[in-house]
Amino acid sequence: MDEAMLDGNAVAGLLQDVFAVETTTTIATCAGCGAPSPMGATQVYRGAGFVLRCPRCEQAMVTLVPADGRLWIGFPGIRTLQVPVDDS
Amino acid sequence: MAGTAVLGRLTWRVADVVDVRAETPRARTLVLDVPGWAGHRAGQHVDLRLTAEDGYQAQRSYSIASAPDGTRIELTVVRVEDGEVSPYLTGEIGPGDRIELRGPVGGYFVWEPAHGGPLLLVGGGSGLAPLMAMVRLRAAVGSPAETRLLVSSRSEEDVLYRAELGRLAGGGLTVVHTLTASRPAGWSGYARRVDADMLAEVGPGPAARPHAFVCGPTPFVEAVAEALVALGHEPQRIRTERFGPTGG
Ligand SMILES: Cc1cc2nc3c(=O)[nH]c(=O)nc-3n(C[C@H](O)[C@H](O)[C@H](O)COP(=O)(O)OP(=O)(O)OC[C@H]3O[C@@H](n4cnc5c(N)ncnc54)[C@H](O)[C@@H]3O)c2cc1C
Ligand SMILES: [Zn+2]
Repeated sequence: MDEAMLDGNAVAGLLQDVFAVETTTTIATCAGCGAPSPMGATQVYRGAGFVLRCPRCEQAMVTLVPADGRLWIGFPGIRTLQVPVDDS
Repeated sequence: MAGTAVLGRLTWRVADVVDVRAETPRARTLVLDVPGWAGHRAGQHVDLRLTAEDGYQAQRSYSIASAPDGTRIELTVVRVEDGEVSPYLTGEIGPGDRIELRGPVGGYFVWEPAHGGPLLLVGGGSGLAPLMAMVRLRAAVGSPAETRLLVSSRSEEDVLYRAELGRLAGGGLTVVHTLTASRPAGWSGYARRVDADMLAEVGPGPAARPHAFVCGPTPFVEAVAEALVALGHEPQRIRTERFGPTGG
């Protein structure tokens, strides 16, 4: 176990920087194993930035790296995101 | 506001420290007034940013421990001795100081009265903070949700909110303490780390399908979540908030 591991919920502020909406309850489907999980339930590892991993198979789903005054966002392992829309 | 997606990027705001309360020898509660604060949900946190004179910035997350109350929020910080930020928050800062924060953030580790119960709340050290927001909100709105709160602390003097929890208990809220490092003479509560047997005794069991919220240092959260799954609780009903290697 990595003692510094966090939950996706811990990076809610950064995710909101990226998506401009609260995203921790958004369901993301893993491109590795196909499991759906709320973004807030992913496993977050800290290094130069953050890597959000699938809680089931540990596939890297999202990478967030601040550098050079920008946030570098990668999506190495998300197949789909289910975002609620108001279609009324 | 509550329950709906909050549109737009987060902005940094300047909060005023209006009061500071000593909770334990290692922990303090900061009472902040945040102009423009639009309220929060129980379990959410703020991102806090400190800037040194040379421009160096440090950012940390802190759970909101208070129930929604206008533009006031309370954060409880436990000091990590060799830490960068927590010694300042539990030491030098005081009324009249200002601090930069953004939030509330995080919709995943949230309990709303409308979600009902039963609730199984398990907190280790400072991990009690967001659970306290839930218990305080439950009391404030008169929610009947049956709630078991298991509090793990190192020693009796490290127990956060002890007097208030004593007053809040009853009427469907059961508070159980365990002390992991040292016990006072005559201690009648649990005296070990949280394990599956303890969780089974505290209940509610898997058949009651409680909403479980587990918060604290990462190793604590891992152990408790694993024990809950081993007892047969549905993983989807176990929400975790890991504070990292530390968290008291
Ligand atoms: C969502 C969230 C909510 C939180 N809410 C609260 C709260 O309500 N109250 C509270 O007191 N705390 C809370 N925390 C923890 C808080 O954010 C800080 O981590 C804590 O205050 C310590 O910060 P620090 O700057 O004092 O320590 P730091 O300078 O960050 O270091 C702390 C200690 O951890 C060690 N450490 C740091 N990184 C690692 C690593 N990768 N591996 C091993 N050891 C490491 C350091 O050596 C040091 O001993 C929360 C954390 C999260 C993610
Ligand atoms: Zn996966």
